[in-house]
Amino acid sequence: MKHVGPQTLSYRRRERAVTALGYVAMVCVLIIVGVPLFWILITSLKDRSDIYTQPAVYWPHSWRPENYSHATTTVPFWTFLRNSLIVTGVVSVVKFALGVFSAYGLVFLRFPGKNIVFLVIIAALMVPNQITVISNYAFIAQLGWRNTFQGIIVPLFGVAFGTFLMRNHFLSLPAEVIEAARMDGANWWRLLTRVVLPMSGPTMVAFAVVTLVTEWNEYLWPFLMADSADVATLPVGLTLLQNTENPSVTNWGPVMAGTVLTMLPILIVFLALQRHMIKGLTSGAVKG
Amino acid sequence: MRKSPERVLPGRSRPWQDYALFVVLVVPNLALLTVFVYRPLADNIRLSFTDWNIADPVANSVGFDNYIEWWQRDDSWKVVGNTVIFTVAAVVVSMALGLALAMLLDRKLFGRNVVRSAIFAPFVISGAAIGVAFQFIFDPSFGLVQDVLHRLGVDNVPDFYQDPEWALFMVTLTYIWKNLGYAFVIYLAALQGVRAELLEAAEMDGASSWTRFTRVLLPQLRPTTFFLSITVLLNSLQVFDIINVMTRGGPLGNGTTTMVFQVYEESFRNFRAGYGATVATIMFVVLLVVTLIQVRVMDRGER
Repeated sequence: MKHVGPQTLSYRRRERAVTALGYVAMVCVLIIVGVPLFWILITSLKDRSDIYTQPAVYWPHSWRPENYSHATTTVPFWTFLRNSLIVTGVVSVVKFALGVFSAYGLVFLRFPGKNIVFLVIIAALMVPNQITVISNYAFIAQLGWRNTFQGIIVPLFGVAFGTFLMRNHFLSLPAEVIEAARMDGANWWRLLTRVVLPMSGPTMVAFAVVTLVTEWNEYLWPFLMADSADVATLPVGLTLLQNTENPSVTNWGPVMAGTVLTMLPILIVFLALQRHMIKGLTSGAVKG
Repeated sequence: MRKSPERVLPGRSRPWQDYALFVVLVVPNLALLTVFVYRPLADNIRLSFTDWNIADPVANSVGFDNYIEWWQRDDSWKVVGNTVIFTVAAVVVSMALGLALAMLLDRKLFGRNVVRSAIFAPFVISGAAIGVAFQFIFDPSFGLVQDVLHRLGVDNVPDFYQDPEWALFMVTLTYIWKNLGYAFVIYLAALQGVRAELLEAAEMDGASSWTRFTRVLLPQLRPTTFFLSITVLLNSLQVFDIINVMTRGGPLGNGTTTMVFQVYEESFRNFRAGYGATVATIMFVVLLVVTLIQVRVMDRGER
């Protein structure tokens, strides 16, 4: 046991060094993430004279909150917000229901070729949206659904990731409880709502948050579908603001104000629910 | 893939109830995926052999003309090059940095949770918003980056808007900034499942830090690394929002055009949906081959 002494000493010294390194990394991360966000926020409140100047101004000489009213009036910002809420809300609710139902069917029901059905559903994760976009665009245009909410919403309904997530969770539920409920003669709806879902809280929240964030940020499809401001979502509307404020030199103050307003809702949701979102993303990765 | 264990009473009669309910619960989702994922995937391959103009109802078959044109056009290789640089940088840098940060922060540190949220926060922000924000951050005259570089004594600040190489650097860095938190969070979760006693045993045996890292830690993280390499690759190959907002594929026409952006540009701006479908098909085949190679490499490593 002679060698243990010096080794634990060097072990402790190294531990201390790694801890110090950890704090250095933390500071670097805060700078790298925080400074750009601070810069965007500050610019959104700057007067033109403080924006178009060198060296850069990190604390405005005069504040211009008017940038925000400018950004929300040159483009119909509140319409974009409403559209985003509609699209995200409807798509998320439908996806959630379809994901839970599919997972329930795949785990608790008898059906020939069930595993093949499951494989077909999750294989959709491997097909990038960008490859399906041309044909879907033509299909929706044929239906006369361009510039409509159903045109943006319906093609986004299919759910692969959520089915995978919920199915994995349902498989981990204790079989005895399910059987006991069945023996009591519970029908499928009772079994789902009274037994299965009450044991699935965290996974359901994880599924819901991941879906909300994904749909809120969806860009290419609504960008192609919405030519008019009537149905354009926030990220698409931001592009519109960027284009209108770009005669020769971009009018960065209002554009940054619009950017901040676009980022804010999802950041608030994230700060409230991040734990669940992280759980949702990692449960697919770590359990394998 | 785990086979689903039977969660149904073995001797239960009346399976038709189950069948009917399965159809009601699962088939709508299956139908939606078929109509909006698999149908367009197949249709895209068909369109790649036509001269279809997206505004025109008629599509004439042109055989392999689009593929031959793609092979012969100079800009194809420029676009493939951009895609490879962007994707490889995104995958390698975000995974390496994500792992390094996860290892450094996988201990009791004061304020660790705040930093964890901070790294992850950009991941949830819309790519379009981040693109607009970083366009200004990289502004060659009034942006944050040029100001910091000037203060550090760099006189020749690159023109991120005009110089194609720097523009590609700009969009790649922006994408990594946005997505670093994903690899970080997943590695952090994986580290919690690592068997510490193996690392300690290796330490007792006098293994160096590097040996412990490569021989003990990395093999345990293998499934996670595999999962990340596929998801990060898939995600970064699909980036459209950041590029569309920041550079529109430019400067000089295709300075930052990736294959996905080219699909959009050819189909919806040049009205050559047939050619766009060709690029999309090539991209899909490459993606499939790369994924198969990843799976193969993974299998071999496990044996």
